[in-house]
Amino acid sequence: MIHSLFLINASGDIFLEKHWKSVVSRSVCDYFFEAQERATEPENVPPVISTPHHYLISVLRHRIYFVAVIQSEVPPLFVIEFLHRVVDTFQDYFGVCTEAAIKDNVVVVYELLEEMLDNGFPLATESNILKELIKPPTILRTMVNTITGSTNVGEQLPTGQLSVVPWRRTGVKYTNNEAYFDVVEEIDAIIDKSGSTITAEIQGVIDACVKLTGMPDLTLSFMNPRLLDDVSFHPCVRFKRWEAERILSFIPPDGNFRLLSYHVSSQNLVAIPVYVKHNITFREGSSQGRFDLTLGPKQTMGKAVESVLVSSQLPRGVLNANLNPSQGTYTFDPVTKLLTWDVGKINPQKLPSLKGTMNLQAGASKPDENPTINIQFKIQQMAISGLKVNRLDMYGEKYKPFKGIKYMTKAGKFQVRT
Amino acid sequence: MSASSAFNDDKGGSSSVGEAEYAYDPVSGKIFSSDYNRHDDLKEMLDSNKDSLKLEAMKRIVAMIARGKNASDLFPAVVKNVACKNIEVKKLVYVYLVRYAEEQQDLALLSISTFQRGLKDPNQLIRASALRVLSSIRVTIIVPIMMLAIKEAASDMSPYVRKTAAHAIPKLYSLDPEQKDQLIEVIEKLLADKTTLVAGSVVMAFEEVCPERIDLIHKNYRKLCNLLIDVEEWGQVVIINMLTRYARTQFLNPNINESLLEEGSGGDKTFYGSDEDEDEDDDEKEKEKKAEAAAMAKRKPYVMDPDHRLLLRNTKPLLQSRNAAVVMAVAQLYFHLAPKAEVGVIAKALVRLLRSHSEVQFVVLQNVATMTIKRRGMFEPYLKSFYIRSTDPTQIKVLKLEVLTNLANETNISTILREFQTYIKSMDKDFVAATIQAIGRCATNIGEVRDTCLNGLVQLLSNRDELVVAESVVVIKKLLQMQPEKHSDIIKHMAKLTDNIQVPMARASILWLIGEYCEHVPKIAPDVLRKMAKSFTNEEDIVKLQIINLAAKLYLTNSKQTKLLTQYVLNLAKYDQNYDIRDRARFIRQLIVPTEKSGALSKYAKKLFLALKPAPVLESPFKDRDHFQLGSLSHLLNAKAGGYQELPDWPEAAPDPSVRNVEVKESVPEWTKCSSREKRKEKKVEKPFYSDSEGESGPTESADSESDSATASDSRSGSEESGSGSESESEEDSESEEEEEEKKSKKKELKKPVQESESEQSSEEEDRKPEKKSKQQKSDSESESDEDEESESESSPSESEDSESEAEVKKKKKVAESKPPSKPVKKEKKEMSLLDLDDFEPAPSPQVTPVNTLLSNSLVTDLEGLSLSDSVLSPATIAPSSALKNYELLHRITGEGLTVEYCFSRQPFSPDANMVAVQLQFTNNSSSDTKSLHMEDVKLQSGMRVKEFPEIELLPAGETASAVMGIDFCDSTQAANFQLCTHTKKFFVSIQPPVGELMRTVFLTENEFKKEQGQLMGMNEITEKLTLDARCRNEHAIVQRVTAAANLSRVPCGSDKECRFAGRTVTSSSLVLVTVATREEGAAQLTVNCEKMVIGTMLVKDILLALTQ
Repeated sequence: MIHSLFLINASGDIFLEKHWKSVVSRSVCDYFFEAQERATEPENVPPVISTPHHYLISVLRHRIYFVAVIQSEVPPLFVIEFLHRVVDTFQDYFGVCTEAAIKDNVVVVYELLEEMLDNGFPLATESNILKELIKPPTILRTMVNTITGSTNVGEQLPTGQLSVVPWRRTGVKYTNNEAYFDVVEEIDAIIDKSGSTITAEIQGVIDACVKLTGMPDLTLSFMNPRLLDDVSFHPCVRFKRWEAERILSFIPPDGNFRLLSYHVSSQNLVAIPVYVKHNITFREGSSQGRFDLTLGPKQTMGKAVESVLVSSQLPRGVLNANLNPSQGTYTFDPVTKLLTWDVGKINPQKLPSLKGTMNLQAGASKPDENPTINIQFKIQQMAISGLKVNRLDMYGEKYKPFKGIKYMTKAGKFQVRT
Repeated sequence: MSASSAFNDDKGGSSSVGEAEYAYDPVSGKIFSSDYNRHDDLKEMLDSNKDSLKLEAMKRIVAMIARGKNASDLFPAVVKNVACKNIEVKKLVYVYLVRYAEEQQDLALLSISTFQRGLKDPNQLIRASALRVLSSIRVTIIVPIMMLAIKEAASDMSPYVRKTAAHAIPKLYSLDPEQKDQLIEVIEKLLADKTTLVAGSVVMAFEEVCPERIDLIHKNYRKLCNLLIDVEEWGQVVIINMLTRYARTQFLNPNINESLLEEGSGGDKTFYGSDEDEDEDDDEKEKEKKAEAAAMAKRKPYVMDPDHRLLLRNTKPLLQSRNAAVVMAVAQLYFHLAPKAEVGVIAKALVRLLRSHSEVQFVVLQNVATMTIKRRGMFEPYLKSFYIRSTDPTQIKVLKLEVLTNLANETNISTILREFQTYIKSMDKDFVAATIQAIGRCATNIGEVRDTCLNGLVQLLSNRDELVVAESVVVIKKLLQMQPEKHSDIIKHMAKLTDNIQVPMARASILWLIGEYCEHVPKIAPDVLRKMAKSFTNEEDIVKLQIINLAAKLYLTNSKQTKLLTQYVLNLAKYDQNYDIRDRARFIRQLIVPTEKSGALSKYAKKLFLALKPAPVLESPFKDRDHFQLGSLSHLLNAKAGGYQELPDWPEAAPDPSVRNVEVKESVPEWTKCSSREKRKEKKVEKPFYSDSEGESGPTESADSESDSATASDSRSGSEESGSGSESESEEDSESEEEEEEKKSKKKELKKPVQESESEQSSEEEDRKPEKKSKQQKSDSESESDEDEESESESSPSESEDSESEAEVKKKKKVAESKPPSKPVKKEKKEMSLLDLDDFEPAPSPQVTPVNTLLSNSLVTDLEGLSLSDSVLSPATIAPSSALKNYELLHRITGEGLTVEYCFSRQPFSPDANMVAVQLQFTNNSSSDTKSLHMEDVKLQSGMRVKEFPEIELLPAGETASAVMGIDFCDSTQAANFQLCTHTKKFFVSIQPPVGELMRTVFLTENEFKKEQGQLMGMNEITEKLTLDARCRNEHAIVQRVTAAANLSRVPCGSDKECRFAGRTVTSSSLVLVTVATREEGAAQLTVNCEKMVIGTMLVKDILLALTQ
């Protein structure tokens, strides 16, 4: 399966390599660099590259390419999914997954990679098991280690790999027992020129942070489970129970995890919480264009729309922009031609707007293309689909946990075409 | 090259960084020391007896390895520490050892004894880790030791150690392939393991070592299917991929009945595409079809192997996995193995994956693109999910575009084109070019929008971006080739462009167009040549070649004006630098300029150059990619990757299914014995017993598999019996009919392969012997229906068409009506396959069947492939082809030689949706011809209506003809009485419908079903308890019988204790919902919910009868 792994940074340096079978020379990455050169954008490097003797499968995360070397047939998604899991693990361990973080913790990284793959086949990818084997570095522990010479490798053996619930450590203890669930929904939408919705979908996740002693068995039920059209679960969720009763029943992993991600059935109309009035025009013959953008709330059920951020890729011909925001700040990068406007909170009484002119290159003709406007926003305390958790119960343990559920709606890929 | 040298430099750079990192270390304070010395101090640290120093040294060494620096000279110093007490030091030493053992084989041997000791440790985790490192040391000398260790570990008590043993197998195999035979033994043993922990790893080993030994899987197949859901996710992927291959060798194609339809849908492509293709391949196709039909004749009707069903059922929940690789694996399994109607379930899950990382999207879209070519209908509901956002990376955009293009059809093309219009304004020019290509493909595939697309593309010619213009030119050229006469103004417009466009491909395309259609633009063409001659020397090679071409063509058509120009161009070309161009010029001069020497060829020059060229077919690059297993690397690359296992074709006949039976009798006592779980040695290799928690599940599991196999054989015999039992009479009737037809057709059609007719004849003879009846009959009727399907008959009793929902059919009808130009083509085709048609179309008077139905027929079949997959879990696969009962309308004796039979074809009657289609079959058994068969004097109850069948002018002696009439029964079972007239006689006849035929199928989801049922309670619900017939106690048989009794479609249902069906009455469209809930001992409860109580009551009676007899 996976033969070797190379980590390559944005400037094309291989800063880490790991081999699980016999060593593959790093010159194999030349093919990758070639492909990288051919691609105009970093994300346009093909994920699968064929070389005479090997295949390179890569993912790009945090501006680092994780390049796996494969020698024979293997489902590409298998490798891609695994590489993403590696990145997630690093992020879990070091807080961030940057070149610096990896270099600083190179030994832990190596130990992790050693445990995650055996002979190129995934062995332990569950973060709870890994944490039992290799303790994540903390400032305190690093200090203690340098003084006492003790190690960050777990003393006890990885019993988690043997358990029936491999995702949960045994012997978890907390003084404050608490379980928090965040219901986060994202709206993906494409709005056309005239303001009508071309496509809109709601995707949601339930992220959990569970700190409970022992082996609790939780059940979570919804007021309106019918809303959930297509769901995918953390392996801990009992599928049969869901099929039969539409109840989530599970023994939770310890700590943070994604319990469920779902898609809201498309029959339900999606409420679009913001609208955009725009007027972006370029006149023939003149080297100026007009830019006029107003945002407003719509169908928010009385909740405030916050953290609004508007970004738009202006045509290449635009030299600079002289704009005047009624609130917030805007920036225009003359190199990438990216306009961003940090609006903040939308006040329904006084709608935020951004108006002004754009200057075109002298003599350049009117651009053909129309920029699209990407919008990000957040609405607290509301799940736009109307999904509601009914109750959360715990069995198997005696104590009374503290429970909390939070709702939030965000913009996913929310685009307005002009 | 430059890159590699760049990072060589780089290594030096980063190493100095590394040094700086550790500069604080008091012991190795010599920052400026040379490499050699630095390693010296590492050695010192390793030799010290302080663990902290050792650890520090090891950390630095590992950091060196990670950076790709050579640390092999430290080997002796490191290997000494293999027995160190400190766990972290030990682990890092392992890392080092595995990395360098291959280079330092002799020294590596020093460490072996430590691991050998570890293998005997009482702690299972230590045993496992010792085996893991030992097997990772790539030293050939220790192969025997490894072999021994693996064998021992394979029968270890701990499943975790056994898992490690499974992991070690491929390691040893890659080190020494000679060990294959022994390793296979170990694999065989581990395959029998019943724990989820081992399953994934051992299948992985199986795939690497002996993927060809499919026989090892038989006994473990059911167990693997049952364990699958609890196996860890990576193992699931491997197991699912392996089982896909396994199932392809062991089961029959579930779409066998539709494979001919698929052929039809293949025809659909050529139908929209180019006629030329059809002409070319027609003969071949015909042959293929015949060969296939011959093969079909030998087959029994398809009944899904219960093991096949087990696999499909157990993998389905995994579509909900959070792991994209698992979802993809299940999706490919369904695509390759599931009956067409069930494949649809994967679409939703795949669309969900499109929310994931862009690399995942990339792979998923590639696979979706391949799927959409075969199963377009599956993704149509998700069309909008493939809309492109400006933030997508270009490669994703292009793939989405591909999918959108594949999904385009008459109904959605306008929305897709509107989307494309916005894409054209994108800033990403590569993407714009791809969009233009996509528009071109839509235009070729969908005739109605061709002109719209062409106009749109012509507008693009005035775009500022040259790339856009060039791409448009190339696409317009292809489109114009389809109907050049209409578009001479576009050609003129393009001629003007030659002044501005610089992209060689576009220039070449324009020149070719002008040359090809120079007769449409007689004035402009010579002028273009003049301009081109001027700039000839500065053009690119492909443009030069086209200039020569243009010159030659003009010379042939308009030599007066262009003679000198042509000679000038040819002279220029003669001295061109490029070999090809000189060659071409020489060749063309000889061909077109007549000299005394020039041979016979020059006479034909005009024909050679201005031959009618076939229009190009714009095809998806994903066409035919599905011969690679989906989701595989090979599929992605469209080339065979190393180690790729071909997905075998379905077998002609299913291999013996009993190989998968597990003998339980033996294993049960064994398990009871091992529940005392003390012994560690076992004699029987196949049945290890371990003291793990999952041991208990063993016996129940095997018991399960037994009952599985029992029901398997049950259902098999059951279905066979039911085939021969309940329907034997009607089948016999239809048989004899069909036989006669066949004979006739054979007489007529001499081209038919001799062997086939022989085999059929023999089977017919056998049919008469009652004992052998059932099987042969089935195969016969099967082949019949297949032929029907092939001949695109509306009235063919193919069950697959039943499943179409009304709406779809309507849609198709619309399509049919809006496509008059296709008429001639279709007719031609009809005549070619006349043989297969004569059972519904009287050969002597082909005008009997109205053109309208004829067209819609062909479209229905054409679109079959798409629409079928829309209806998830339709009964298509389950309902037997013999489900249509034939009723007698006129007996041979009363009819004086004329036999008339009718059946309810369960097709929507196209002229009037409220009518039930009744297919009549006339057979003239007398010795004289019958003329002008028609209907008269229809007597009906009030409200009822009849659409008469068209008059059959002549029915020669011994011939058979069929016709379709429509009756609106007003949802009652009142008979329709009428007179059947020939030129001499009149017969009073009547058609009385069974209540089950007064409805049409409708597709509901489970939720809809429940909702509707909730509204039809109380008076509208009729419940009856019953005891099921002994042969009808499995789901399959129930479905078969209910759908035979009434024209209902199956509604998917989560519980396997219930079968649900739904339909609507034909006239009033009231819902009819049927539920059959089974209990123990064949007890069952039948519930019918229907607004029309009379219908409900009668239906209950009919279904009761069907289920209890």
